[in-house]
Amino acid sequence: MANKNAPLHLFDRPNSYIGQSVPRPEAHNLLAGRGQYVDDLQLPRMLHAAFLRSPYAHADILTIDTTAAADSAGVVAVYSGADFADQVTPWVGELTHLTGLRSPPQMPLAIDTATWQGEPVAMVVASSRALAEDACALIDVQYQPREAVCDPVAALLPESPVIHSEYKNNLAWERDVTAGDVEPAFADPANTVVEQVLRFGRHTGVTLEPRSSVVEFNPAEQTLTYHYSGQAPHMMQAVLAKHMQLPEENIRIIARDVGGSFGIKIHTYGDDIATALAARLLARPVKFIADRLESFASDIHARDHHIKARLAVTSDGTIAALQMYDYTGIGPYSMYPRTSAIECNQILNLTGAPYKIENYHANGKVVFQNKNMMCQYRAVGHPVAMAVADSLLEQAAREIKMDVVEIRRRNLIEDNAYPVVSATGMKFADLSHQQALERLVELMQYEKLRKQQSTANENSIRTGIGLVSMVEVTNPSPMFYGIGGAPISAQDGATVRMDAAGALHVSCSITEQGQGTNTIIAQVAAGVFGVDIKRVKVTTGDTATTPYGGGTWASRGAGIGGEAVLLAADALKQQVLEVAAIVLQSNADSLDISQGNVIDKSDSAQRMSLDELGKLVYYRGSELPAEVQPEFVATRHFRVSDFPFVFTNGAMAAQVEVDTDTGIVKVLDFWVVEDCGRVINPKLVDEQIRGGVVQGIGGALFEECLYSDDGQLLNATMADYLVPMAGEMPDIHIAHIETPTSTSTLGAKGAGEAGTGGAPAAILNAINDALAPLGASIHTMPATPERILQALGEVPT
Amino acid sequence: MSLVTVNLTVNQSARTFEVEERTLLADALRDELGLTGTHIGCDTSQCGCCTITMNGDSVKSCTLLAVQAEGADITTIEGLADGDKLHPLQTAFSACHGLQCGFCTPGMIMASVELLKQHPDPSDEQIREGLSGNLCRCTGYTNIEAAVRAAAEAMRN
Ligand code: FES
Ligand code: FES
Repeated sequence: MANKNAPLHLFDRPNSYIGQSVPRPEAHNLLAGRGQYVDDLQLPRMLHAAFLRSPYAHADILTIDTTAAADSAGVVAVYSGADFADQVTPWVGELTHLTGLRSPPQMPLAIDTATWQGEPVAMVVASSRALAEDACALIDVQYQPREAVCDPVAALLPESPVIHSEYKNNLAWERDVTAGDVEPAFADPANTVVEQVLRFGRHTGVTLEPRSSVVEFNPAEQTLTYHYSGQAPHMMQAVLAKHMQLPEENIRIIARDVGGSFGIKIHTYGDDIATALAARLLARPVKFIADRLESFASDIHARDHHIKARLAVTSDGTIAALQMYDYTGIGPYSMYPRTSAIECNQILNLTGAPYKIENYHANGKVVFQNKNMMCQYRAVGHPVAMAVADSLLEQAAREIKMDVVEIRRRNLIEDNAYPVVSATGMKFADLSHQQALERLVELMQYEKLRKQQSTANENSIRTGIGLVSMVEVTNPSPMFYGIGGAPISAQDGATVRMDAAGALHVSCSITEQGQGTNTIIAQVAAGVFGVDIKRVKVTTGDTATTPYGGGTWASRGAGIGGEAVLLAADALKQQVLEVAAIVLQSNADSLDISQGNVIDKSDSAQRMSLDELGKLVYYRGSELPAEVQPEFVATRHFRVSDFPFVFTNGAMAAQVEVDTDTGIVKVLDFWVVEDCGRVINPKLVDEQIRGGVVQGIGGALFEECLYSDDGQLLNATMADYLVPMAGEMPDIHIAHIETPTSTSTLGAKGAGEAGTGGAPAAILNAINDALAPLGASIHTMPATPERILQALGEVPT
Repeated sequence: MSLVTVNLTVNQSARTFEVEERTLLADALRDELGLTGTHIGCDTSQCGCCTITMNGDSVKSCTLLAVQAEGADITTIEGLADGDKLHPLQTAFSACHGLQCGFCTPGMIMASVELLKQHPDPSDEQIREGLSGNLCRCTGYTNIEAAVRAAAEAMRN
């Protein structure tokens, strides 16, 4: 124990749990099969919804005959798009700060024209899901198919059909970013220029719990309760209020256990809104649970980028210029309310962000197409941005015969240079790229691996090593969405109160989807206030009982919500000590709280327990002076104000084995060095990083939503869409650097997306490292066996 | 629509209910018996969320109709603990942080019950093989495998 008289640092106090791998209290329920997911709800008089979806990627809807469906057993109602037209206002996926972004108004069910295969066209509400599905099969829709626009590059050619007749072409948004002048660097014959065409296939979140809604409407009170499997309850409240034209306060969003979200469940889906409309029209609870086929066809997809990029380096490996053109297909609408332009915007902002780059030019085109909608999924834009820069950088290193670690050493922004503004205007602070790279080199024993590699590559199995240096956007400020007009809060709030038994109750606006949000809230509150963590009860995921806030997205829960909890717990502690000082005839400044007791700061002598104090205040208030009105409750809110985002950084590496006969890639080992600021719970953070890496490996090697040329999704089952399973995953070794963010006392940054953002680049680089001696390379993800063999010239493209 | 009567022993109690013939066992357990710990992640037998034990073998309950289980002896995740005392697998998943969102967890644990029955001291390879039908989308699998190893050890001692 430290000197008794020295004031204890916030994180060294006896009840501090910061930095400890505290187990999750809710785990017991989940392990015992007592989780409470939306589909587990059975409400009196509840009905079940099923949707008929467009079989065409693009078609005019001529007629919809619902007569037979309405007569089918168990059916209570059948709706087409027109039936909802006066029940809901259309939504538009635009943000004003993304200047020029356009998207047509969207309704819950297609009206007149269906624009992607899987778009909901009609809805049946029946006494069971099976009966609702039976009736869907009886709905007769006459379609006039139209030519489907699928390829985002071809979609902008003058001869392409235009999806939305109100526009002249299929462009949703374009942005051009220029810093310095790239042309002289590319023209300089002394420089080495490398150029790549990169393709990032569409993939999707595959949350194991599908999208799920149960909606109740009370006609007498005009109140709506939405049982929600998602990440942003207050956003959902605002969206429903606005478009169902109900007062916001009449809508309650409740998220209990959520079976994975990863960004998938944070958007406005027509089928979910239709479920709410049906609940209101019928005044009965309605349940809609997407089945897996519907998930693949209607959960947002991500990526779908076609990129041409080039990099110029001087003979000593210094980056002289980077240029990139990105085409991204987003489906027929920009998703509401976050829009589908954010991923492209991030790519333009973040490509090359770890490096000193003076000359930069990037152009992004966001394009409408007749495929499922594309929007923000875990690590928005990061895997693309990191892969573009680091794949070019490693190719450049090979061409100038420089080691890939060495070329990074020459170009990374120095750790002592911060704050730094990047070529794209991003403000960076408190980053540690150099330290992260050196720690990675040590962790993976880079030199030794390279030596082994040079002797091992004799036969058809080639090994390769690839690295990535990366940044991750976390803890966003209102600059992300709020300034563009979206009903999305970038601040979060926490209320901490003490009850009559001296226990703490915390309610907080961030949400839990398994990452351990509730645990870290309890850790922070217990430590700051001074009680055992067992005496802290946490509530999240309910708009009726938590303060207003953004929820959990963009790796913001711990950093922003955690800080709100810290501030509220500290404020409550001061309030409690002031009352204790009156009772004890002492001075609040000389008292502290530890292990659930009020103690003397000077000698830690116990003065009274919180239990005694609570009972005195709540039951025997008459013993207090009349002017003392104790309030054992404090609410604090927090937002990041000095920076648009709090960036984290990391370095990762993969070692792979490529079988040049079969094209199969095996990931042998994976290393991560991550600087997410203060680590609150190491086990939770490490498992977030590992899970993120696994999703990143999925995108790099396996996962792709495959479409035919006419816009039919070809692999909408788990048998056909491959996700990583236990047997395919390498050991993932993790080390941390802790550079706390100076924007908060807690110092925590986000960690949830790093793995997904960085892993694809490391894997791609490792594969190309293995293929380089054979004169082959690949720049398409996922790097499937077929594509590897094509790259090797073994099979035709 | 005609209903059929199904008789099962579930978590050691005799249960009788009526369902449509086409009702999957997974749906019947959830909707008729309220055993919502058995989850449905795909209903096409890929994800393993719906894994239960039937007559001593682990099966994916979405691959069977409820009527096909007539007379069977079934254990679901709710029946695994011994009263308040968690099964060693449940304890180990908690201690090793082998879960995030928990949606795959009941299936993972029920599949592991069978895995440990066949291999009381499983190799890493056997663990991966035993869990090859179970998808987890949240974790990196590392802690799930560690939990199975820890449970195996606890059960051997
Ligand atoms: S629900 Fe049975 S295997 Fe997925
Ligand atoms: S813990 Fe979420 S799917 Fe496994």
